Amino acid sequence: MSVSNFSDKLFSKAAMRGIFAIVVFVLIWEVGARSEQWFGYRFPFIGLVPPPTDVFVSWGGLIADPSYWQSWYMSFLRVFGGFAAAMVIGIPMGLLMAVNKASYGIIFPSFEVLRPIPPLAWVPASIIFWPTQELSIAFVTFLGAFYTIVINVLGGAKSINKQFLQAAQSMGASQWDIFRRIVLPATLPSIVVGSAVGMGITWEVVVAAEMISGGGSSGGGAGGGLGFFIWSSYVGGSYEQIIVGMISIGIAGYISSELLRQLGGLLTPWLKTR
Amino acid sequence: MNTTTQDSVKPKTASFAQASSEIVATNISKSYGAGPFAKQVVDNCSFTIESNKLTVMIGPSGCGKSTLIQLIAGFESPDSGTITMNGNPITGPGKDRLVLFQESALFPWMTTYDNIMYGPRARGEDNAESVELAEFLLAKVGLEAFRDKYPQQLSGGMQRRAELARAMINKPEVMILDEPFRGLDNMSKELMWEYYAALYEEDKNTNFFVTTDIDEAIFLADRLLIMTNLPTNCRSVIEIDIPRPRRIDDIGNNARANDIKKEVMTLLHEEAMKSFSGGSKAAADFLDAYSKRAG
Repeated sequence: MSVSNFSDKLFSKAAMRGIFAIVVFVLIWEVGARSEQWFGYRFPFIGLVPPPTDVFVSWGGLIADPSYWQSWYMSFLRVFGGFAAAMVIGIPMGLLMAVNKASYGIIFPSFEVLRPIPPLAWVPASIIFWPTQELSIAFVTFLGAFYTIVINVLGGAKSINKQFLQAAQSMGASQWDIFRRIVLPATLPSIVVGSAVGMGITWEVVVAAEMISGGGSSGGGAGGGLGFFIWSSYVGGSYEQIIVGMISIGIAGYISSELLRQLGGLLTPWLKTR
Repeated sequence: MNTTTQDSVKPKTASFAQASSEIVATNISKSYGAGPFAKQVVDNCSFTIESNKLTVMIGPSGCGKSTLIQLIAGFESPDSGTITMNGNPITGPGKDRLVLFQESALFPWMTTYDNIMYGPRARGEDNAESVELAEFLLAKVGLEAFRDKYPQQLSGGMQRRAELARAMINKPEVMILDEPFRGLDNMSKELMWEYYAALYEEDKNTNFFVTTDIDEAIFLADRLLIMTNLPTNCRSVIEIDIPRPRRIDDIGNNARANDIKKEVMTLLHEEAMKSFSGGSKAAADFLDAYSKRAG
């Protein structure tokens, strides 16, 4: 992307609208949070929230603090570890169930019984049966993405236009060639969608798991991930830091989704032409 | 789109002419479902797709023509009866009988060029000869400028031409086309008729073309098979002896074409009425009264 292209994008109407909305939001927040101080009347709900200026001051102090960045690092590690495992196991599993009736018959019923169990309901059990806290958090994170990825891959691979398969077959393609050059690319859009949804769930799950399990192996300290960061701020009574933690998760989730979108776009160039 | 200039753009020649090949269907029947839900789609149907002729099959929509294509292509097998190609029974799909489906079956994730090269690559024939043939066909269907475009970036008519090229590169003995120009606007449709007719006239390979459009059928066909309503079988065969090459402008004023059209319409109208009434007495009475008034 050239510089002018980038600045075009930065000052485009859409970007301006977005920036304007954020500025207005922060202003309303500031006024609401300072209502008691400024008007002698505390606005309901928002009057109890720390004002954004205080939050930013607190954030400024944290930026130089390595343990804050350690929280980012730990959460990212868990999210991408669990997510990568979910992809590595989930994509082949979905494909296998789609192309092989026997596998579908064996796997799908158990899968469907396990799927409605929320990942967070696994937290106590996984703390018991995984040797380390770290592994139990990673496992719960894995579950968050796993079901969504499998269901999407299975659905995508099963809904391939029958004529694509017949056309390939009649041109003399082998089963392997059909799988590699028809089934796989035809399923890619579903894999990308499933991964994007799975990534969102992963962030929800990792934060909750960190809160419940007390931050994993390095627990106790501030190196326990963003979820634990929020929890320990709450316990320590630092309300500004709670908000910092929340916004940090929002930004982290956005970065993850954007990375995934870019990668997905590279993998499925034909969809851009729509 | 510009189909008239295609004929002048010929970088070199390649022959797609095939040895004679004939498909014979004898007393075939096919039904779907089981028990009380069984539905007879093809009933004791016999017909011949003669060698080096363009055979068009026409019948009311939903009459089981697509099922016949599934059987001839070898994707499914008949419950009874036989289908042979040059005397050998058809046991499965093969590159000797390629199908152009109703809706575009171009692979959306491949460019025009990759789509055309799919067959040779799938068979491990990704060699200089195939590449040369692909180039020739790209030029022949006028899509050189669109070689790196994905199917969705092509117009409906371009997609159909790309699909013709993708089939032709495999040099099939028989080309099977299932309502290939359905859904195109009238202008592109007529251009495609002329374009496809010219392609056929060049090599006179065995072609089997299925349609519900009478004008399309008469313009293209050497032989016309008229099918009955469900369960389908062949009701009559008309030889279309209008000389080739055929052009859209001539056919409108051709007395012979108009006679054939009347004959075909009468036959198809009867079948369509059966299909419309669907066994209901009231609907049959209504249609009877209607046709008396109209007739």
